[in-house]
Parts: sequence; C-alpha cells; structure tokens
Amino acid sequence: MFASAFGADCVTVKINRKGTKPMNYWNKDIECAPRSELEALQSYRLANTVRRVYENVAPYRAKMDAAGVRPEDIKSIADLSKLPFTVKQDLRDNYPYGMFAVPASEVVRVHASSGTTGKQTVVGYTAKDIDIWAECAARALVNVGGTKDDYVHVSYGYGLFTGGLGMHYGAEKLGATAIPASAGNSMRQLEMFRDFGSSIICMTPSYAISLIELMQEKGFKKSDFKLKAGLFGAEPWTEEMRRQIEEGLGLKAYDLYGLSEIMGPSVSAECVCQAGMHICEDHFIPEIIDPDTLEVLPAGQQGELVFTCITKEAMPLIRYRTRDIASLVYDKCECGRTLVRMLKPQGRTDDMLIIRGVNVFPSQIEAALLSVDEKATNYLLEVNRVNNLDTLEVQLETRPDMFGDDVKTLENYKKRVKAAIDSAIGVGVSIKLLEPKTLARSMGKAVRVKDNREIKNKFEKK
Amino acid sequence: MLIDQISVFVENKQGRLADVMKVLHDSGIDIRAMTIADTTDFGIMRLIVDDTEKAIAALKSDGCTAAVTKVIAFTIPDVSGSLYKVMDIINDNGINIDYLYSVMGKTAGRADIVIRVEDNDQAIKVLTDNGIQLISGDELCRG
Repeated sequence: MFASAFGADCVTVKINRKGTKPMNYWNKDIECAPRSELEALQSYRLANTVRRVYENVAPYRAKMDAAGVRPEDIKSIADLSKLPFTVKQDLRDNYPYGMFAVPASEVVRVHASSGTTGKQTVVGYTAKDIDIWAECAARALVNVGGTKDDYVHVSYGYGLFTGGLGMHYGAEKLGATAIPASAGNSMRQLEMFRDFGSSIICMTPSYAISLIELMQEKGFKKSDFKLKAGLFGAEPWTEEMRRQIEEGLGLKAYDLYGLSEIMGPSVSAECVCQAGMHICEDHFIPEIIDPDTLEVLPAGQQGELVFTCITKEAMPLIRYRTRDIASLVYDKCECGRTLVRMLKPQGRTDDMLIIRGVNVFPSQIEAALLSVDEKATNYLLEVNRVNNLDTLEVQLETRPDMFGDDVKTLENYKKRVKAAIDSAIGVGVSIKLLEPKTLARSMGKAVRVKDNREIKNKFEKK
Repeated sequence: MLIDQISVFVENKQGRLADVMKVLHDSGIDIRAMTIADTTDFGIMRLIVDDTEKAIAALKSDGCTAAVTKVIAFTIPDVSGSLYKVMDIINDNGINIDYLYSVMGKTAGRADIVIRVEDNDQAIKVLTDNGIQLISGDELCRG
C-alpha cells in the first residue's frame, strides 16, 4: 500500500460535516491510513534511518555508543525511547555540516536558522528531501482547501529562512500559481493581493496583523481582495489573533508549524476543521516528553515536542528536542485524516520566563491581553530585576480608537488589562501605555520579550 | 458656543513635550490655551489652538494619538469669589465638571475659564441664563 506514498494523487471524498462537503487530500493513502499501517511504515523507516545515521553521523554515533544502543536494537517505534536525544547545541557544536549524513555531492541546498536564540544553525537537503518537503507543503495547502487554481502568495522571507522557499515549492508541487512576494514592502503586498488575485497567503501572524493595520491606514477593504485562506506560522499566536486576522483579511486562518532542523514549514498544518495540526507522520515521528525527567508522556499530555526524521537523507535528526510545548491528539479528525494532530504550541521551554519563581509563558500574557482588547497586538514584555526582585512590565501601544479626552478611560483600560494578566499568570505585572508606533514592527518573527536581567532564569536542563 | 479642544496622548519621557511643540510650531499653529493632566507614565495634553484641523493633521502625521473634544469657555472678572459664584450656579443645577482650567485673560481684570462637562447644551443654557459671558475659541486669550 505504500507504493503511492509519495504519489501526487489528489483525492476528493465526501465527509459528513454540516451536510456533505467535498474535502481534498493530497495523499489520501497516507493521510487517512489506519494507525497500524502507519506504525508499520514508521517502524520500517525508523530502523533504516537509525542504521544510516549510526554509520554516517559521527556525533550521533558517539551518543549511541555512550548510551549503549546499537542500530540493531531499534526494530520498531516501540524502541524509539531507547535512543538518545539531539538538541540544538549539537548542531552548533558540529557547525556547519557535522550532522549531515550524506557527502556534499548529495546535498542540493542548505538553509540556516534565524539564530534568534543563539548562533545560527545550518541544515541541508538532498534532492529527495526537497521533494518530500514540497509534498508536505502541498499537503498543508490542500489541507486548507488549496487547489491548482489557487494563487499562493508567499510572504515568508525567501533566503536562508526556510519559510519562503518551503511554501513556494509546495505551491508549485500542488500546481498552484506561486507568488514569491517574500517579506517586506507591505504596501506592495496589499497591491499584489488586489492585483494578482492572491487566494492563499503564507506569512507570520504578526505580519498579517501589521498588514491589516496598513489596510486601514491606506483605505484598503477586505472586499478588494480574493483571499480565502492563510497559513500562518513561525511564531506562536492565539485564537484571538486568529479571529482578528480572519475578520481583517476576510479569510480562514490556519496554523502552520515547522522548524528548519526537522525540515521547515509544513511539518504539520491545520485542516479546515481548525482543530490541531496534522503531522506528516510518514516522515516525522512526534513524541511528547517531560522536559525535566525526559520521560515520554502519554498521549494528550502537554510537554516538550520531540521529532525524529525517518525519511530525511541529508540531515536526519533523531529525537530532536524542539523546545516547543505542545500535546498530541490521536483521535481521527472530522476531516477524515488519521494523522496525529498537535495542538498549538503553548510557548517554548526556552522562552519561558521565570518571574519571581513563577513560570510564565509570553503566550499566556498575550491571550489575556487580547481577551480584554482584541486589537492590542502591539506589545512588548520587559523584564527587569529591581532590588533583587523581578518585575514584568507589559508595554502597550495606544491607538486612536481607545483614546478619548480623559485620563479615566486610559486608567480603566490599564486596570482591566492588568487584572486579566495578573489572574492568568499569577504574577503581578505593571502596564505601561506607549505612543503609537513606538514598538518596532517585524516582517518575520515579532520580538515580544526583552529580558534585561543579568542572571536569566532559563529552563535549560541537561 | 462650543470650542474644539485637542487632546494628545504623551508618554512621560524627557523631550516629549518639546517634540509635540515642534510639530505644532512647524505647522505655524498658535496655541491659545493649554493644560496637561499627568499620571505616572503618561499624560494627556489638552490644547486649544487657532487652527484645529491643521493641528490635528500635523499631529496625526507625526504619529501622535490625538482626539478632538468639545469644551466650553467663559470669562469672569478677576476678583475674589467670581469663580466661586459660577461654580455655585453650576452645582445648583446638578452639572458635574469633568475638569477645568484657567487661562490668563489678555484683558486686564478678566480671567478665562475652560470647562469640560457631560452635557454641553445644559451647561451653556445654565451659564447663559445666569448672565455668564461665554467666549469663542478666537476670543480666548484675545480679550
């Protein structure tokens, strides 16, 4: 049954969801496969990959030797937990190509991480890796209703960042029209939406919000565009932001997940049910672990997401710790797909702030903030240590529509925001109102946290 | 006789006031009256100027958060007890004043007062009925 695993057979079936609604799959055999068959495929691919990695990747071979694990010990996915983890530091220690499992002659492309959390890391792809990536990205586009008639407008950055080229190849694989807009020049992005008939857009959610702001400023209406869906990823965002993007751009907003170490965007993507992101499990095996004990957690529990690449040739990472906090849902989705869904990452283990001993995720603060004011998307969290006490200040830009003539209105606003955040995170924060456009706008990942403490409480364990 | 007053949100940081003044100066705006309400981290600057539309346009293009509010101004003799007399009338008629500020009148012996109330029509009627002299934006500071 796996003969067509890489086939580009776009199948339309009918499912019963509020009446009958046609639903597309890019690769139905895999996306709707019974779990037992999927696991058999994963086991086969895992054993092969581990053998290949042991033979070709010296740093990982050393880890396996140290742990006393031999390639032949890994026969099925039940043996996965015997394998040592890979962490970002391994990529840094073996910079640039030390984790590659193939000779340079086989590598057709490299990408590099943005280096937001340290020195940049390099990843590589063979021609087959690029093809599988395009397959995953095509699945993501079909997940959200994409067809070859679509104009896929890619506003992720093109270049070393995986976002742009990743979705671009997916759009071409699907047979849609790719619009390689890349990030930046926001006014032109809106003109292209209007003139090129962009129907599916791919960008960071914070960039989508800034485009909505610009639309209002420049007098664009959502009816000027033909947008129907957007795949938004590369940074955490909330349900409130989803509603705001859907309302502002007149489309359905879907979550897209990926990381360069594993592949890039489309490791997982939401389907039209908007109920979690389907992981391309035939290529990546997910696990959820406790970041402290490193034990694998049962399905449904929240913890650190770990991926093992089972088809990658150039850089197949084994049990790579993503630092993203998420959970997995194995129930069959209403869309008919059986591929496991990961629920939206609830933050990262390494951007978790410890404020006066309390674990705080910036995403919690954002959710609380948006529950009071859904337009409050321009904010910065500033952490300081004053007299040995951590302080967390939420800096918020004012907007003409929340401003009147009196101090009272703004003071009340501050009080409501403070109350919502305090109760959400269990730590008292202070709120500071800023003049509009004070905070830097980002075209990629928005900078939301400024930690000025000299000794940072990081969640680094082991 | 209502007057347009501009409110500008300003952060409490050094030089901010000068920035706003420069924006107005660059547009040739003349300020008739001004007051600032401040809190620990921000202030609201309230201004009455000679050309409200032009001032608002200049402030907005500079990225300021600004709004226009209607206020009432009246003039009273600069003698002890005259403001008390007006406040007494306002109070007797159940009018609540949100805020008030005084402006140095240009005519010797007169003081100009700006007030913000909830119901402008009622306040104008009460003041006029009691012989209080209302003034326009142009008359403010001009005597």
